[in-house]
Amino acid sequence: MIVRILGEGQFRVDDIIADELNHLDTELETAVERGDEAAFSAALTGLLAQVHAQGSPLPPDILEPSDLILPHEDSSMDEVRKLLTDEGLIPG
Amino acid sequence: MLMKGTAARMGVMKRVSLVFKAKANKALDKMEDPRETLDYSYQRQLEMLTKVRRGVADVATSRKRLELQMNQLQQQSNKYDDQARKALGLGREDLAREALTRKATVQGQINDMSTQYAQLQGEEEKLTVASQRLQAKVDAFRTRKETIKATYTAAEAQTRINEAFSGISEEMGDVGMAIQRAEDKTAQMQARAGAIDELMASGALDDSIGGRRDDIQSELDMLSANSDVESELNRLRGELSAGAPKQLEGGSNGSQTGQPQTGQSQAPPTQYAPPPPQAPPYVPPVQDGQPTGLPVADVPQDGDVS
Repeated sequence: MIVRILGEGQFRVDDIIADELNHLDTELETAVERGDEAAFSAALTGLLAQVHAQGSPLPPDILEPSDLILPHEDSSMDEVRKLLTDEGLIPG
Repeated sequence: MLMKGTAARMGVMKRVSLVFKAKANKALDKMEDPRETLDYSYQRQLEMLTKVRRGVADVATSRKRLELQMNQLQQQSNKYDDQARKALGLGREDLAREALTRKATVQGQINDMSTQYAQLQGEEEKLTVASQRLQAKVDAFRTRKETIKATYTAAEAQTRINEAFSGISEEMGDVGMAIQRAEDKTAQMQARAGAIDELMASGALDDSIGGRRDDIQSELDMLSANSDVESELNRLRGELSAGAPKQLEGGSNGSQTGQPQTGQSQAPPTQYAPPPPQAPPYVPPVQDGQPTGLPVADVPQDGDVS
């Protein structure tokens, strides 16, 4: 599957680690819901590390949409919240 | 946890990707003819490329401005360092201390700015890479667009167009956000840089750093001027005592006769700015005609006058 990290580009990631990613992603989501800053940054850091370690960057001339999209490395919780509701964070 | 049934356990990553896809679909739905979509989208991509390149240039400009200011502050810091050295040389530890305190303040500002500088550099790099990535995708899209137009009927093309379109539109969204983030950071920094520029232009920067403008420098100047004055005085004293011993203290002490200029005038040189009382009594000798012995010493060639 293809994972995009915002601000970095796309990575092809083996489906085998999907479970691991989903686990961390659930933690991330819970953290955002609860407004738990520490859990948020731990989960986000973990997700980014996994994709960096397990994924291989996709050539830039590939025109495939991503299956999953990860927030920016330095995202605040507030930014992620806005991303989820699409409050104009994605231009055009 | 159960209260929100909507997309509660889908995960952030999936939800964000759906938001992006929804955005692309919305744009697609507006198009009547799929081929029109291709051309329209391509135009938007070219615009975005221009925008991201301008973004890179803007960040670079801000970074350079910051660099310039850091250099100016560094000069300021060096100046304080020099002053501290001079002050110590003149035995004024208090002044040296003050100069070093100001140097530390300026140095602190420079450190803050280095952090900002690194941030701007980071943004510049990210945007540069983003523009290269977008360029590659736009090129791929253009090729795909021509192929689709040449090979497929409008109906057949739809699926392929949708795929290419959502692929590029995701990239555009990503790049658009990167530009926005860089702009935000640049704007913050420009506001700060503008403030510092103004301070520098008005010469008030020294004020904000502490104390009046260049007061250390003027005090140092005064100290070295004083020592010049001191040596001049000594020279004059030497000349006078050679010719006219009596005249020196005559004005102020009046009644005291004899040898007034023993150690008195030599005592305060380091402490005080020496009062220059010697000059006035020296001027009127010719007019008064009172002290007979004096004029002789004055100038040797004066014999012709009157």
